[in-house]
Amino acid sequence: MIHTKLIIRFGLLVAFVMVTLSCDPDDKQQVTTKNNLVWQDEFSVDGALDPLIWGADIGNGDAEGIPGWGNGERQYYTDRPENMVVENGVLKITALKESFQGSDYTSARILTKGKYQKKFGRFEARIKLPWGQGLWPAFWMLGDDNNGEQAWPQIGEIDIMEYRGQEPTVVHGSMHGPGYSGGQAVTKQYDLITDRLDTDFHVYGIEWGPGYVNYYIDDVLYNQITREDVSGDWVFDDNEFYIIMNLAVGGTFVGAPGLHTVYPQTMYIDYVRVYQ
Amino acid sequence: MKNRKITFYKISITLFVVFMIAVSCERDLSDDAVPATFSKTGEIYTDGFVSMGSDFYLPFAGSKPDAFSVDEQVGYQSNSSIRIDVPNAVDPTGNYAGAILRVDGAGRDLSGFNALTFWVKASRGVSVDAFGFGQDFLEDKYQVTANNINVGTNWSKVTIPIPDPSKLVEERGAFWYAMGTQGTGGSGYIVWMDDIKYENLATVAQPRPAISNGDDATTSSFIGVNLAVTGLIETFNLASGLEQTITVAPSYFDFTASDSNVASVDSLGNIAVAAAGTSVVTATLAGMDAAGSLTINSRGNFQLPTPPTRNPNNVISVFSDVYTNVPVDYYNGFWLPGSSTGSADFSVNGDNILNYTNFNYVGTQTANPLVDASNMTMVHFDLYIPGPVPNNFDFLISIEDWGPNGVDNGGDDSRQQIFVRRNQVVADSWISVDAPLTLVNRNNIGLIIYENINFSSLRNFYLDNVYYYN
Repeated sequence: MIHTKLIIRFGLLVAFVMVTLSCDPDDKQQVTTKNNLVWQDEFSVDGALDPLIWGADIGNGDAEGIPGWGNGERQYYTDRPENMVVENGVLKITALKESFQGSDYTSARILTKGKYQKKFGRFEARIKLPWGQGLWPAFWMLGDDNNGEQAWPQIGEIDIMEYRGQEPTVVHGSMHGPGYSGGQAVTKQYDLITDRLDTDFHVYGIEWGPGYVNYYIDDVLYNQITREDVSGDWVFDDNEFYIIMNLAVGGTFVGAPGLHTVYPQTMYIDYVRVYQ
Repeated sequence: MKNRKITFYKISITLFVVFMIAVSCERDLSDDAVPATFSKTGEIYTDGFVSMGSDFYLPFAGSKPDAFSVDEQVGYQSNSSIRIDVPNAVDPTGNYAGAILRVDGAGRDLSGFNALTFWVKASRGVSVDAFGFGQDFLEDKYQVTANNINVGTNWSKVTIPIPDPSKLVEERGAFWYAMGTQGTGGSGYIVWMDDIKYENLATVAQPRPAISNGDDATTSSFIGVNLAVTGLIETFNLASGLEQTITVAPSYFDFTASDSNVASVDSLGNIAVAAAGTSVVTATLAGMDAAGSLTINSRGNFQLPTPPTRNPNNVISVFSDVYTNVPVDYYNGFWLPGSSTGSADFSVNGDNILNYTNFNYVGTQTANPLVDASNMTMVHFDLYIPGPVPNNFDFLISIEDWGPNGVDNGGDDSRQQIFVRRNQVVADSWISVDAPLTLVNRNNIGLIIYENINFSSLRNFYLDNVYYYN
């Protein structure tokens, strides 16, 4: 979530891949290496989400003691079909502009906490993103908090995909941990330049193993974060993590929703898959 | 159109020849009968003009004709660009710069592109009035306009989306611009443009066409009225996240009227009201529903004002269809800031009617030349208020003489006030106002102003037959 305006140009990316190549002990850098599918939701059954796999956060964060979910977000999360539903093989998380329980927007946030958690692996989802100033969709993971004994950022956070609705060509991948959380997170953005993230589906994923997380979009590996890149403890080798998908409206990362932002806005998720 | 005819002629000859061959050697006709196509070149100026022919620069009337040149020192990642020297407002040879660049020859097939793009910078930060394409001084059939484009002193890229590229199979109106000094206090400046071309960009997205500017507008109307759908726009989201709204020619839209017996609409958005009732006009663009609509509530037969019968020799007409009008600069100056008044003028059986909407105040200017009403003793107005007359109705007409110096607010202006009170008007009826001209100096009349006074909430009225007489 560092607000740097660094634009990753192709040349930089090539340079990065070259450097990675030369440092890789395998002498070969592949986008994905873990190909044994161990968990998936293809969203093939219309209606509500499978409650054995997914839970939902409800409200505006007040009850959790983090108003605006800790980020100044404007939406109230519900599990109503208006905000989250499976239709035609796709999960739709929809942000609406409506007065609801004291908030001006509603949306949804789903998570596999306590239902599916895993350490290491390849986590990817095929998503078509919404658009417009102030929309903040995310596909991310949090570490298990050991029944509340541990707190963020000690538990660790891996943001596989974050995106600002006002920057329709840019994806962000980040990691938060002790000493490198919030605005100090280790992050990188990748600009498609000639394509957008809201006009078609793209695959967003990470490969996570001991001491490293690799970030990719479609067939482009755009970042690797390792133990050496973080300025505090590496908290990603011990805990299981769970998956979260949400669509926030407003917040520190995106700023206020725009006057002309069009609603409803929907984040379409074709599948979520985990490989090892 | 001429090109099309030639093309068809050629096709006919081709078909004839093909037919002869087909008969003689039984070849498959469809293999050879391919329709003629036009140049698919997208570039207009890339450090030099591309396939534009020789006579492509056509300036607008009143613009400074020599504002346009090619700069061989400045360019975007080059040393060549189009340079526009926007003149000062007081430049006697033209007070703005505007022109179309029209292909000198056959039109181009631009259907493979989805945007016009170019790089631009200026000698100072400025909001440029208009850039666009599709203007050809012929039909302007597929004209697109992007207004108020911010141009800074560093090069930046402008993207103007094409609403429906499939329409542009033979387009000559490659590019146009209009730049004035309203936003710079009358001071001229320089604009450089480079790499002007059509592109196919995956980053031009989220098209949202609209009519009536996206509003569900309603208008009262009558049998015989002709009016037009307005507020034809489309908004796109660009790679930068910028929401770019463009003004779109009617020919890109397909219009539909819900009840054509009441009010029908043609392919150019012209509406003809034929019966009492309600008809809702909606539109699509490239198969997408346009936001907004125009509901026509036809009240049936329109009562026209009584036609004036005074001897034309004793009349100076400002607005009527019976007399020849003096030159009028405008019937609505859209004075900003302050005036909210819009215009929805219409005609009934050839009688043009001024219709002021969302009214607070509005003016008619007759400054070129000023009206000399020295020999006139009276002034006439026909006024119609559709629907209920507000109880707080209070209406003022001011006639303003600009004095010997002929300058508005030049220190020697004089003004006559004519009040129209609540008890003088009746809803849904024409009333005539005839008032003596009491202005002492009335040989330099420049303005007639209509306004709500004392918090009158009149919002909508019709006006006809405005003239001085004796």
